[in-house]
Amino acid sequence: MQLIRPDININFLEMRKKALTFSAVVLLLSLGLIIFKGLNLGIDFTGGTLVEVRFHKQVEIADIRQSIEPLGYGKAVIQEFGSPTDILIRVQNQADVESSVISTGVLDALGNHFGPDQVEMRRVEFVGPQVGEELKTAGFMAVLYTLIGILVYVMFRFKLRFALGADAALMHDIIIVVGVFSLFDIEFSLSVVAALLTVLGYSLNDTIVVFDRIRENFDANKKKKHPEDEVIVCNQSINQTLARTLMTSLTTLLVVFSLYFFGGEVIHDFAFALIVGIAVGTYSSIFIATPIMLSLEGKFEMSDEELKELEERP
Amino acid sequence: MQAYSRWKFWLILTVFIAAVMGTTPNLTTVPSWWPSSMSQPLNLGLDLKGGIHLVVDVDIEKVVAQQVSDNISTIRRTLREEKIRYKKLDSNDTQVTVSLKDMADLATAEKVLKRALIGYDMTQAEDGSLLFTISEAEAKEIKSYAIDQTIEVIRRRVDALGTTEPVIMRQGERRVLVQIPGYEDSARAKLIIGQTAQLEFKLVDEKGDLDKALAGQIPSGDMVAYHEDGRPILLKKRTELSGKDVAQARVSIDPQYNEPAVTLKFNNQGARTFDRLTKENVNKRFAILLEGTVQSAPVIRERISGGTAQITGSFLLEEARNLAIVLRAGALPAPIKVVEERSIGPSLGQDSIDQGLDSIIYGIIAVLLFMIAYYRFFGFVANIALVFNMLLIAAAMSMIGATLTLPGIAGIVLTIGMAVDANVLIFERIREEIALGKTPFSAVDGGYDKAFSTIMDANITTLIAAIVLFQFGTGPIKGFAVTLSVGILASMFTAIVVTRAIIVLSHRNNKKIKELSI
Repeated sequence: MQLIRPDININFLEMRKKALTFSAVVLLLSLGLIIFKGLNLGIDFTGGTLVEVRFHKQVEIADIRQSIEPLGYGKAVIQEFGSPTDILIRVQNQADVESSVISTGVLDALGNHFGPDQVEMRRVEFVGPQVGEELKTAGFMAVLYTLIGILVYVMFRFKLRFALGADAALMHDIIIVVGVFSLFDIEFSLSVVAALLTVLGYSLNDTIVVFDRIRENFDANKKKKHPEDEVIVCNQSINQTLARTLMTSLTTLLVVFSLYFFGGEVIHDFAFALIVGIAVGTYSSIFIATPIMLSLEGKFEMSDEELKELEERP
Repeated sequence: MQAYSRWKFWLILTVFIAAVMGTTPNLTTVPSWWPSSMSQPLNLGLDLKGGIHLVVDVDIEKVVAQQVSDNISTIRRTLREEKIRYKKLDSNDTQVTVSLKDMADLATAEKVLKRALIGYDMTQAEDGSLLFTISEAEAKEIKSYAIDQTIEVIRRRVDALGTTEPVIMRQGERRVLVQIPGYEDSARAKLIIGQTAQLEFKLVDEKGDLDKALAGQIPSGDMVAYHEDGRPILLKKRTELSGKDVAQARVSIDPQYNEPAVTLKFNNQGARTFDRLTKENVNKRFAILLEGTVQSAPVIRERISGGTAQITGSFLLEEARNLAIVLRAGALPAPIKVVEERSIGPSLGQDSIDQGLDSIIYGIIAVLLFMIAYYRFFGFVANIALVFNMLLIAAAMSMIGATLTLPGIAGIVLTIGMAVDANVLIFERIREEIALGKTPFSAVDGGYDKAFSTIMDANITTLIAAIVLFQFGTGPIKGFAVTLSVGILASMFTAIVVTRAIIVLSHRNNKKIKELSI
């Protein structure tokens, strides 16, 4: 079976202006969303308490709210989590109460109201205000370090303009995934950052495969009597690797969808970030990484003539 | 392609046997002759088996400040011995200030105090007073010791909860990680771990004027303390006995009110001090303070020489039990605070395991079917490699003692997708070579050779992301990074070496093959 014909030749790079414009618009929209709408930051970053409980009979959310209101913890966010008997309760850190025992207060109040054997503790997460700040910094730094690490490696294996093209595509992917999280108001947690880093690795995977082919074809092209234009060679390379790019995205998506549908509520947002990231990453390795790399032609390296000149100098 | 080295075949067979043996302890109990390095089943993370996960912050600055202020009595004694008179002795968090009455004593004072205060840097303020600042090395030492002590005390307290295999370790400069697998009572765990358990016995100042003291005129050597209900009481500042003097603590019933109480048994020195204290102060009161709050202030009716005392204070039985535990385990060197908690109930852990396994199984099945449909025989070979890969991950994780977490399961699922990527790269390359008109054998060789550098580059960059993840991540995220890394390394072996061996061996007897099933 073959989905992509071997002699396929789509002129991707002809579309690069349109693609870059399209991406620029999406990027601006994403940034606008992130800046003006903001992210639904989870307690990992804001600090706070999250209590997941399972009720042995179905209960009304209003009833739950009523039972924990007297605690005076301010406005709690209460929602169903996957099933009507699984309830998630989020409480912000309080300035005047020792926040680490808020979960105790909530569980006790629920036990008193509904009966201790009706409520089962599934999960308690508490993040102190300072830890939240630290995790925010750590998450940001992790993304930054990954980008730098990748830049250095690609520079070492290829050339600077390839590295810059790869990093541009990666930043593109991250911003859009984060933008999607802002758009749909999905909780942004530590595991989503982990997913982002995975998307970085994955999207780069795709880009590297294309770049590898470009490098190979560039080398072959130089030996030709009448070397072809870089754009044509790049376009050829993208087409040659197209089957692989789509195949791998497809198999990876298969498993990530399996994670999304069968992996359970806790892993849901993580899987969602991966799905968006893989889709965007596949697009960016074709439409962003290579065009950016091409647009930097001759900017960061010396041409062969210049090199020759340099060598001939006394 | 015909010239396939034999040693590779043996290598694969060895790895395969090792992988099977390493995975076995996860499925069944292994016989005693099984190699010990392969007898460990996979560690499950707290998020899968359930349990309490706490990070506590130790107020180490307070320990340093305490040590600094403790020096005041040393300085006082030293100056008295040398007959040097002083105007003022004062301390803040890191510094002791000594102001002398007569500047003529300065040189002598400098000399003797320098000798007395090791680990402090001496400077002179403009008004001539001497400043002793604790050196950074000394402060670091004190802090480090405080963390070690904290870990020790927490360990004793957690052990008293009757749990198995708790993890208690330092995290960063001032934090301690506490993991108690299989324990559900998050509230009690926090209560037991978080109490400083500062127990003090002080005499009540019966002669002092409490009202005047409350107005601000506290007699020297005295202090005001409060009962739990807010009643004030005037105490002597001096601590006669403390938690350090306690050898044993247990729950008892206070015969007078028939309420739960805690009975203390002092160690030898404590018993002696208590004996003297009660002998000298018959008909006076002493106060028992816990965390600075007066629990009770009974009158000493007679000398108590047995070395036992009872703390009463209208406890609930549960409270008395918890108090006995923390008093037995000793006081924490500094107040601690829970700054992070991630506790998982047992049912959620089991659900995560079940759903994680489900998603792995469905993911694998989908990929296996897809590969066979798309690459036929070669797809089948890639599938064998994929199953081998799973086996290898399970074995490697078990053998290195890595911990499988929920994100770790996600990492495995993702590895499935990425592991076939190497084969997709190779197979697509082989198809290209065939399209160029090469013979089947040279097409296979060409495909593997040309795809190799791409696979290396692609996997190394993913490894970079995984390593960063490991560095920055906490518990579960670290687990994800580990499985991802192990998965990538394992997939390099299975997708390249193993598939090639199978393809070569299966075509060995058919040298005139015209067409590959790809």
